[in-house]
Amino acid sequence: MTSRRPIVLLGIAAVAASAALLAWPRATWALIAVLGVLFGCLSVRDYKPARFVIALALLLVVIPTAGTHNTFLFELVTTMGIFAAMSLGLNIVVGMAGLLDLGYAAFFAIGAYTWAIFGSGQASEFMSGSFPLPGWPYFYIFSALAVITGALTGTLIGLPALRLRGDYLAVVTLGLGEVVRVTANNLDHPINITNGPQGITPIQRPPVGWLLKPLEWLGLDSSPALAYSIFFYVLVLAVIGVVVLVNVRLDRSRFGRAWVAIREDEIAARAMGISLTHTKLQAFATGAAFSGVMGAIFAAKQLFVSPETFTLLQSITILAMVILGGMGSIRGALVGAMAVALLNLEVLKSFSDFLVHLRQTGFVLNLGIVSYNFANLSDQIEPAKYERMIFGLILVLMMIFRPSGLIPESRHRLELGERKKARDAAKGGSHGAA
Amino acid sequence: MSEALLELLPSVLLEGLLLGCVYAMIALGYTMVYGVLGLINFAHSEVFMVGAVAGVEVYRYLGPHVDNPYLLALAALVVAAFISGGLAMAMERLAYRPLRKRGSTNRLVPLITAIGVSFFLQDFVRLIEGLWHGEFYMNYPADAHLEAMHDLPLGMSIQNKSIFVIAVTVAMMFALDHLVRRTRLGKAIRAVAQDLPTASLMGIDPDKIIARTFLIGGALGGIAGVMFGLLYSQINPFVGFVPGIKAFTAAVLGGIGNIYGAMLGGLVLGTIETLGGTYLFFLTDGALGNEYKDILAFIILVLLLLFRPQGLLGKTQGEKV
Repeated sequence: MTSRRPIVLLGIAAVAASAALLAWPRATWALIAVLGVLFGCLSVRDYKPARFVIALALLLVVIPTAGTHNTFLFELVTTMGIFAAMSLGLNIVVGMAGLLDLGYAAFFAIGAYTWAIFGSGQASEFMSGSFPLPGWPYFYIFSALAVITGALTGTLIGLPALRLRGDYLAVVTLGLGEVVRVTANNLDHPINITNGPQGITPIQRPPVGWLLKPLEWLGLDSSPALAYSIFFYVLVLAVIGVVVLVNVRLDRSRFGRAWVAIREDEIAARAMGISLTHTKLQAFATGAAFSGVMGAIFAAKQLFVSPETFTLLQSITILAMVILGGMGSIRGALVGAMAVALLNLEVLKSFSDFLVHLRQTGFVLNLGIVSYNFANLSDQIEPAKYERMIFGLILVLMMIFRPSGLIPESRHRLELGERKKARDAAKGGSHGAA
Repeated sequence: MSEALLELLPSVLLEGLLLGCVYAMIALGYTMVYGVLGLINFAHSEVFMVGAVAGVEVYRYLGPHVDNPYLLALAALVVAAFISGGLAMAMERLAYRPLRKRGSTNRLVPLITAIGVSFFLQDFVRLIEGLWHGEFYMNYPADAHLEAMHDLPLGMSIQNKSIFVIAVTVAMMFALDHLVRRTRLGKAIRAVAQDLPTASLMGIDPDKIIARTFLIGGALGGIAGVMFGLLYSQINPFVGFVPGIKAFTAAVLGGIGNIYGAMLGGLVLGTIETLGGTYLFFLTDGALGNEYKDILAFIILVLLLLFRPQGLLGKTQGEKV
């Protein structure tokens, strides 16, 4: 009989974490606790309906309720959600198909500019017509278009690179990230398309008037700001839902199996009748499409895009999410995104603030023999500014010590399990013979 | 108009040659490591950057005591070569060798490690420089003698430091050629590049040879860093990325794994880039300018992969099962 303990513990933890977050909506640790329970929902085995209910309650009731008291929470969680969707998209490329894409932010940029240019006055710089286009229905149309532009760019870039050994793709995508940034930075002349380094603002958002009434019924502050926070939060959740669904369905489909086959052994896959370039292109374009749509949503949410948002650092951040979670693992991609985004957006900043506080107050750490006055701490030590070092370390350490990630892909886990079983059987057999 | 362009041509070519020297020296590091391990060492761009930073430190501490600018530049080159070579070797020992020993079949693992090392080093150097000097933007000091111009025929003029850079590059290339073709170490490197398991059966310790390949490639990268600093003066911990990706393009252009290809590819790429950077502006009537020259290298890379992936001097190799 299987024990019920894990799910009971999870339920208790969920209640405790929710209470904490509702009581202290500004506390980082409470948010970490809630995310920890969500993590638990993803990693406990069995009890599917119960896990699902707990996760839904946390995502749709607890976090929004806490968010109405602290809009920063919405900001944080929505940004995390955008990262999560992107890491799921990159997971298809890197994890399933085994293609190293180091310019993933480029597709994000293309999606973002797709809507930013037409959803602001920018488009009237180079074409006639009345701009900005209104948020309804054009935001949704352009989000769909961003899927296509993302996939198209992916195909164009992938075509030359994917015909060769995998390493070339890494370099080409690395270069692509730079090219897109430089182009966006300089395409304010001769024709002003991207408005160069100043970026584009303000960008239209879809109207949310319909949300104000329900907010009023719930007795909440019915301001457009809160409505937009909730709208983007729910929109991102919905997109994540769709992306997860697509991921799961693809994983077990002909495409997914072909991707995994290529990842494991290109030559064997080709011998099985899989067209390499074709299949790789599909994976690459699918990943790019996800990035594109998130870009469009990001542009509307931020109201502002500029080339500085889409750097190599952004691509590597998303890569670190996939690697930390586990290449090819859908749950891993989600968990990795939560962990890295939280680290990046909240934990490092808090730690920096903490150090600044210690320095300013001249706190003296006394450990018996050693004592250290924090007033002497160099102002160069600011963890929030050293993301590159931290993400670099995550990548290297994961590769050396746990290349399959925190939550290894189930295929991989099965494979390892089988190996262990076989080894045990072999041991048992030899004992029997002796 | 076209006469003016023609008049400019010799100077532009010379400028391209100088840039090409830097690219070629970096490209050698990529191509040698690729030759023995089949790995694109993304962190090589940071080896180059560390060389440039080491050079600045030499200037900072030795500058006030040494009068001869050439001696000073040589000291910077030697120190940078040692530090960068050592760094490349340490990188191999700490990050890449554990992966190799585990015998992982996943092709992505070493690549991801390499990009991780690269990112780590950028901020690490930034942190060290920040703690050491309080800032991480650095300059190579200008020296009147090194900047002095000589007039050449065809309207060209050349600075002393440019002559120095070309001389160092030529000397290093001859030295490398000698090392690879005429010494036991060179023979061993070629053997490992050709077939690692068989080489190890012939009494060659592949770990030792790989470490030394990293050392040599890293030292060349460090020298390139100092040359870059002498030519363009401004250095920071993030300066390695763009020259790094271009040098890789140069290595592919020449045929990756081929040492002479890397030299040729570097020179060709430097020339094309400078030509493009100068003439793009004139050809498009000022619509597209110098800022697109970084993209030029990338376009060359993509075209190359489409039409001649084996590069100028490379040979096509069948895939082994």
